[in-house]
Amino acid sequence: MLVEALILSAILFVVGMLGVLVRRNAIIIFLCVELMLNAVNLSFVALSRFMGIEGQIYVFFVMTVAAAEAAVGLAIIIAIFRHYETVNVNNFNLLKW
Amino acid sequence: MISLGFIAEGVAQGGASGGYDPLLPGLILLLPLLGFAANGVLALMAGSRAADRIRGGGDGAAIAGPDGKKPFTHTLPTWIGPGVLLGAFILVAINFFRMLGVELTEPVIRSYWSWMPTGTLSVDAAIQLDQLSMIMMMVITGVGFLIHMFSVGYMKEDPGYPRYFAYLNLFVFFMLVLVMGANFPVMFVGWEGVGLCSYLLIGFWFQDREKADAGKKAFIVNRVGDFGLLMAMFILFATFGTLDYGAIFQQAPELFVYGGAAVTAVTLFLLLGAVGKSAQIPLYVWLPDAMAGPTPVSALIHAATMVTAGVYLVARSSVLFAMAPASAAAVATIGALTALFAATIALKQYDIKKVLAYSTVSQLGFMFMGVGVGAYAAGVFHLMTHAFFKALLFLGAGAVIHSMHHALHSTHKDWDAQDMRNMGGLKRFMPATWITMWIATLAIAGIWPFAGFFSKDEIIWYVGTAGAFSGLYVVLWGMALAAAVLTAFYMTRMMVMTFHGPNRTGEDEAKHLHEAPLNMTIPLGVLAVLSVFGGWINVPGSVRESFFGGFGLLPMSAWLDSWLAPVTAGADAIRMAELGAYADVSPVGGGHVVWGAIATTMALVVVILTARHFLAREVQPAHIDGEPESGIGKVLYNKWYVDEFYDRIIVRPILATSRFCWRVIDRVVIDGTVNAVGAVSKGVGWFGSLFQTGQINTYAFIIALSALVVLGAFIF
Repeated sequence: MLVEALILSAILFVVGMLGVLVRRNAIIIFLCVELMLNAVNLSFVALSRFMGIEGQIYVFFVMTVAAAEAAVGLAIIIAIFRHYETVNVNNFNLLKW
Repeated sequence: MISLGFIAEGVAQGGASGGYDPLLPGLILLLPLLGFAANGVLALMAGSRAADRIRGGGDGAAIAGPDGKKPFTHTLPTWIGPGVLLGAFILVAINFFRMLGVELTEPVIRSYWSWMPTGTLSVDAAIQLDQLSMIMMMVITGVGFLIHMFSVGYMKEDPGYPRYFAYLNLFVFFMLVLVMGANFPVMFVGWEGVGLCSYLLIGFWFQDREKADAGKKAFIVNRVGDFGLLMAMFILFATFGTLDYGAIFQQAPELFVYGGAAVTAVTLFLLLGAVGKSAQIPLYVWLPDAMAGPTPVSALIHAATMVTAGVYLVARSSVLFAMAPASAAAVATIGALTALFAATIALKQYDIKKVLAYSTVSQLGFMFMGVGVGAYAAGVFHLMTHAFFKALLFLGAGAVIHSMHHALHSTHKDWDAQDMRNMGGLKRFMPATWITMWIATLAIAGIWPFAGFFSKDEIIWYVGTAGAFSGLYVVLWGMALAAAVLTAFYMTRMMVMTFHGPNRTGEDEAKHLHEAPLNMTIPLGVLAVLSVFGGWINVPGSVRESFFGGFGLLPMSAWLDSWLAPVTAGADAIRMAELGAYADVSPVGGGHVVWGAIATTMALVVVILTARHFLAREVQPAHIDGEPESGIGKVLYNKWYVDEFYDRIIVRPILATSRFCWRVIDRVVIDGTVNAVGAVSKGVGWFGSLFQTGQINTYAFIIALSALVVLGAFIF
């Protein structure tokens, strides 16, 4: 049971990661980040069954942080959209010297 | 006022003062320093006003204001400059007469504050008064005051008048520090200070490139000597752990071996310092160039006081030189070589100041001979009389140049006002200068009863008696005699060319030739009196009893010898113990009186023959006469090509080395290394910046890849 849960978690994580790496739409990237977080949540929950309740507590933390992150991240994306009228990350290349 | 009282009085320190209580010794130093400060402020004010005038499109060099009156910046120095010197001279004279009345065996030391209390070395800002420093102070302030007074007349039309007096006062301050210091470092401060003032005053007219260069030359050549003095101080400190005169001279016989390597090294280094400051071979080349300064400066610094500092140094360190016979012989040899060498150059110079400059170098050689053979009192004696007659000669030359300048300026003739070939017959126009300069000439030629007769012949006498120890001194004695003959020759030549024969200035110009004003002729008169009688204070008994002393009737004495005896006692004792007393005869027999008669007759004959020779010869003005074309005359006119020789051997190789260091070592090696480091850093940075694209995906990819690598590292 545990192995299947961890494999599912790994698949979800890799899917999220590939999404972050290859997609250009900021909203999609954002969703993929959420997917990666939830993949981690899944493995926490699965492992807590054998290793104690702390894993489930961590999941709550992660969900709280993810909610806060979603609020800030969406606000940033809206601000960027107002400025560029696009959410294609290829246009955002100022993050360098 | 309390602090001023402290400065003026100081704290008496150790030693038996023998009941002698110096009066305000610190004030003697303070007065010229205050004069410097006051004149310096006036000079700055005058300078800023001149700058304002130039900015306003006016003449920066004009002195008088719109109302035709001179501003206070040019009237006050007239009183401040000579005034502080007069005050200092009066104080010195009071102290001198108070010291005369007591038997002073040890110097009186006043300590003001602890100057360098570092580790094992402790140096106080202390001054000392003894017989030697007293003589020097009398000469410095006395002759100094006369020259300051002369300067008022000589320099009053110069835009830099307040600056001139500021420098001159500062010079006197440092010269007094030099002779009053109670230890080597304090003396060294004065030593460097007078060098600085010499530089400032030689380059006083710094707008003229040649004169500014002459100042630099004097300063740089003197650095060589200063190196020697510093080295000597290091060795002395290493040996004694102190630099106070008293302690060093007292312990020297115990801590140094007679004739040993240490004491010989110390004295040779001291000699190097003395050679630089006193313009002896091989470092004499700066003094003739120093004539670029105003003439009173040449009289004060480059004839009467600063250049005698080397003689003072040897006399002050007499104990050390007495313990190092090889160094003492070197002193005498350098002195004799210089005396003869410089005298030959003076034979063929046409610039009146150049003749006097080489004459000064030559006479300093005589003083070195004196202190070199252990006749310290004789050396100091000649130092003193030389200060009188050479200051007189320089001031007289200054009066002549002043007058010539006016005459040539009146018709805007571009002749050289200092070239003797352009002068001639000046005695009609300047009788007072003529008479006083002849007195000085007879004095320097060594003719009885003038001052130089007693002092120079005493030195020659002692060099001769030293012949009993070594054949070297017999040779030196012969050189000294030859130099004395040449002295009589070139001085007479100078006098005849300047003052006698027909006037060659030109008819229109001659109308403007004039005697110097009273404030310039009075110093000449006072110095002339001193040049006559100044030698009467140190006459041996046998000479006094002979014709030369009016068979005992003239007021002569052997005062200076006994006066300086406490200062030279240590050295005399060492020499007596090691070598024994001098035989009081000359190498070829004859006593004082015989040789005095021979010397004065010889000098007189040379003077008369030279005068006849040059009176009979027709001299042409400089633009017709030109330079000597060939033979020994050409060599002498070009000063034995020593400057050219130094240029080839020392100056150019150093310049070439410097250029090599600049172009190869500095620009290629050092700059290259630094630039290469910079270029490599820049390249690495550029390569790194390629990875910084600004694309979030790229960054995320790198993060993921790195995470995989770390993960892989954990697993495998």
